[in-house]
Amino acid sequence: MKFAVQVLEAPYNNQASDTAYNFIKAALERGHTIVRIFFYHNGVINATKLAEPPQDDRNIYKRWTELGKEKGIDIVACIAASKRRGIKDGHIVEGTRISGLGQLADMMVEADRLITFG
Amino acid sequence: MSDEMEGGENRKKIMFIMRKAPHGSIYSYEGLETVLITAAYEQDMTMAFVGDGVFALLKGQDTSSIGIKGFIKTYGALEDYDVNKIYVDRQSMEERGLTLDDFAIPVEVKQAEEIAALMEEQHATIPY
Repeated sequence: MKFAVQVLEAPYNNQASDTAYNFIKAALERGHTIVRIFFYHNGVINATKLAEPPQDDRNIYKRWTELGKEKGIDIVACIAASKRRGIKDGHIVEGTRISGLGQLADMMVEADRLITFG
Repeated sequence: MSDEMEGGENRKKIMFIMRKAPHGSIYSYEGLETVLITAAYEQDMTMAFVGDGVFALLKGQDTSSIGIKGFIKTYGALEDYDVNKIYVDRQSMEERGLTLDDFAIPVEVKQAEEIAALMEEQHATIPY
């Protein structure tokens, strides 16, 4: 099955990013496809590379690099939502990109299921 | 936009569920932004206003005292985008002491069961 994933909340502040990651890992292990991951609302903060979480905790930002760079999943932070919150090209984690809301509309149409976290 | 995105066989039913009050958080405003963009993809779109989401449609909103740019006027543009299926949950409306006369745009009031049945028909539901 083709899944599109939307994350609406910031990492650490809310469990949405963790649950999205766990869902995506499980879906991939079962042979499903992730069409795209889209960050919206405060979810765009998932894409910042300026964060330095404590080393004895999970690094949520690196998880997106793992999925984006190593697994080849398209990960997009909404440009309008990003600009509002200080997320810009050059400051985003490897394996993610900034683009428009059209990417959200596009993945909703393309996927069999849209799953929203947050 | 590719050809296949422009409606036709690939036209999908998408429902936007507006759950939050228009001010106090950005969910309602950014949610409306996604509605407008998705409309450009010529999908079969529905909006359902439930819970405090019904407040987003109140006419006569004045945000000047909170220093926030209001967006009730944007709802008036939905018709131009061919977004005509705009539903308000009856219970949510009545619990908040509202009637059809309170809304800035034409809406249809539906029972929760009717909205639930519509959700079942959708290709995607997107909650804001």
